[in-house]
Amino acid sequence: MSQQTVVTDSAGAPPEPPPSRSRPRGDGISHARNYGRGFWVKVILVALIDAGAVYGILSAVAVSQWGIVAFLVVVLLVVNWVYFSKRALPGKYLFPGLVFLFVYVIFTACYTGYIAFTNYGDGHNSTQADAIAAIQIQNEQRVEGSAAYPITIVSQDGELGFAVVQDGQVEVGTAEQPLEAVDGATASDDKATEVPGWDVLNFAAIAQQQEAIVSLRVPVSDDPADGSLRTQDGSTGYIYQSTMSYDPAAGTMTDSATGTVYTPDDRGSFRAPDGTALTPGWKVNVGFENFTRAFTDSRISGPFISILIWTFVFAILSVLTTFALGLFLAVVFNDPRIRGRKIYRSLLILPYAFPGFLAALVWKGMLNPDFGFINETLLGGANIPWLTDPTLAKVSVLLVNLWLGFPYMFLVCTGALQSIPGDVLESARMDGASAARVQRSIVFPLLMVSVAPLLVSSFAFNFNNFSLIYMLTGGGPNFEGTPIIVGHTDILISMVYSVAFESGVKQYGFASALSILIFIIVGVISWWGFRRTRRLEEL
Amino acid sequence: MVTTASEVRPPKSANSNANHTAVTGMRWWREVGWRHIVGIVMIIVCVLPLLYVLSASLNPGGTLTGSNQLFREISFDNYSNLAERGFWTWARNSLIVCTVTAVGTVLMGAAAAYAFSRFRFKGRRGSLTGLLLAQMFPQTLAFVAIFLLLLSLGEVFPSLGLNSLLGLICVYLGGALGVNTFLMYGFFNTVPRELDEAAKIDGATHAQIFWTIILRLVTPILAVVGLLSFVSAFGDFLVAKVVLQRPEQYTVAVGLYSWASDERTAPWGLFAAGAVVAAIPVILLFMFLQRYIVGGLTSGSVKG
Repeated sequence: MSQQTVVTDSAGAPPEPPPSRSRPRGDGISHARNYGRGFWVKVILVALIDAGAVYGILSAVAVSQWGIVAFLVVVLLVVNWVYFSKRALPGKYLFPGLVFLFVYVIFTACYTGYIAFTNYGDGHNSTQADAIAAIQIQNEQRVEGSAAYPITIVSQDGELGFAVVQDGQVEVGTAEQPLEAVDGATASDDKATEVPGWDVLNFAAIAQQQEAIVSLRVPVSDDPADGSLRTQDGSTGYIYQSTMSYDPAAGTMTDSATGTVYTPDDRGSFRAPDGTALTPGWKVNVGFENFTRAFTDSRISGPFISILIWTFVFAILSVLTTFALGLFLAVVFNDPRIRGRKIYRSLLILPYAFPGFLAALVWKGMLNPDFGFINETLLGGANIPWLTDPTLAKVSVLLVNLWLGFPYMFLVCTGALQSIPGDVLESARMDGASAARVQRSIVFPLLMVSVAPLLVSSFAFNFNNFSLIYMLTGGGPNFEGTPIIVGHTDILISMVYSVAFESGVKQYGFASALSILIFIIVGVISWWGFRRTRRLEEL
Repeated sequence: MVTTASEVRPPKSANSNANHTAVTGMRWWREVGWRHIVGIVMIIVCVLPLLYVLSASLNPGGTLTGSNQLFREISFDNYSNLAERGFWTWARNSLIVCTVTAVGTVLMGAAAAYAFSRFRFKGRRGSLTGLLLAQMFPQTLAFVAIFLLLLSLGEVFPSLGLNSLLGLICVYLGGALGVNTFLMYGFFNTVPRELDEAAKIDGATHAQIFWTIILRLVTPILAVVGLLSFVSAFGDFLVAKVVLQRPEQYTVAVGLYSWASDERTAPWGLFAAGAVVAAIPVILLFMFLQRYIVGGLTSGSVKG
């Protein structure tokens, strides 16, 4: 960053020297017409982006990420058009930011909306074709009476593979790559001895990587129904085939060992007539089920309702308590007769300056019932369960948030109070208004005009104050008997986190639906709040 | 800018009768003195937890119980132990992430603000409204989608996927346009257009006007936006925790949480030392920014 952070009065700043002065560094991106240094910098930058995009397209095709392919093709075309066309002038400046905005804000928001209507999560995280392949692989067994292949363990850049001899031809395959014929390999007694491009592992090396070798599964062909080659001892391989066979015409999965027929259901699983389902399943659209689930699933609805109420209570009380204390202190210190106001102010904003996540962790330690500073030192060895009793934990959360939040309100209110013109107050006093009356009828309404929008923002912020809850109590004390791990102090956003990542089975669909719910609640309340605050201005 | 009384020392007792309004005795207590009592009580509340962290960081015992007597022992063991527990790697990660995020935010935000402020093009108003709407869905709500997006991106560009600092930076840069653009847009509009026009007549290109004229004149807002985005990236926990899963990639926030979250075996002294190291730069930055925050509110816009 430049050293010129000295405060300059922007409006009256002296004009810079004429821009024809050449700059020491060539970071200026120049006109398309002008083949100067800036132009070449631009060509190099665009070329780098193009190279990256082409690389990305190729590797995205390799892993069949068609969405990424399409996006990169569009980016590639737009980049070159924007930076080499004379007509896309604003685009040159907007494009970089818009790309990031599009991918990491707009796309993720839309994607959240999409996932909310699916059962995406553990056991349902891909397409039906992937699920069929995974089920077949999981249910592989050695084919009874099948031939044994003498195999050779080979490796290439740390990746293990099997080499076998079939019909006099050496074939090599790895976990990713099905068996494929290799030219120029030598074999003796049906066992490959040398494979070009691959290192043949000796006995010691095999013993060293025994686990990886025993679990290695080399597909015979691209079709998972053909089975795979596996080994138990590193020298003999057997063909394993799946007991599950998929019938594409009927769309059913049949277990050849038991004869059970599994049919796909509308929940994205293959299900037997007796109700047992095969895992994994696949991602399907479940409509509004994720949204209604929070209210209709009896094991979730109770905790969910109390979390919803607590989220509102927490957000509203956080705003009110911090604002009340902040306003009180601002009024107290708004007297010019107090000496050392600057010192007071500097010390009072310390909790605001202290990083919030650290404060929550420090308070968590201080409030520890057994060893914490509050119980042990301040209260002389009391044993108050600050963070483990449901009610006290809520009180603690609010108090800690008060400690964290009041300095901001103090600063805001101080600023607002100082901006109230003195002549208004003077005229009120001349008209005979008492001090309390001036505060109530003049100061407070004027203050609210500038502070009210910040209160709405503060509400929205606290509604999603994940790190405070997660770090201070972790949501605890926990509810009992719920399928997701949530507790009495959990707010909606920390419940989302728990559903998505910490409740054993990851349920991205349900978590996203809750996110959308939060978005709607906060959106509606903010919209209403900002409309109300605009009305304040008109008074 | 707010002008405040610039006395340096707060009066410790009622004896300080050097007030310019010269009220003394009972009346001083009733009108001014009690305010000092409120102030002192509040300062104790504010400072005590901070003193506690400082004391815990200097206590070589390193447990919660051992930290309860303030400043019982003073040693720098915890600070010297930070290195072997990998704290400085986290600090380096945080520094990289926050610096790159801040610089990227400033550059992209300034470029966008320049386009909105200086060019008149089709869809300009629409894009401004769109920007405002895009901010309605905060990234904290989309963390599940961000996680899944990075999971897929990682298959194509491993360096943009999960467990990568660059991936995290890109997520933060997604929020670069938005509030910052509006802040800068307002400020850019205060730079008179005549300056650009004069330069254009002299033969300057739009890029030269941007880099050599506009950016020089709006340095204060660039500094404010840069510092704010630095601090907010530093304080972010949720997205960093979702994206970074290996200890050697942690930022300070995720790393210190991993130390403090385990109550029984928590290396409390180490955590406290790390917290002090992490907090001091941020506190200094805030002390410096304080006048901008108050001043910005009183004048109705953030002005340098």
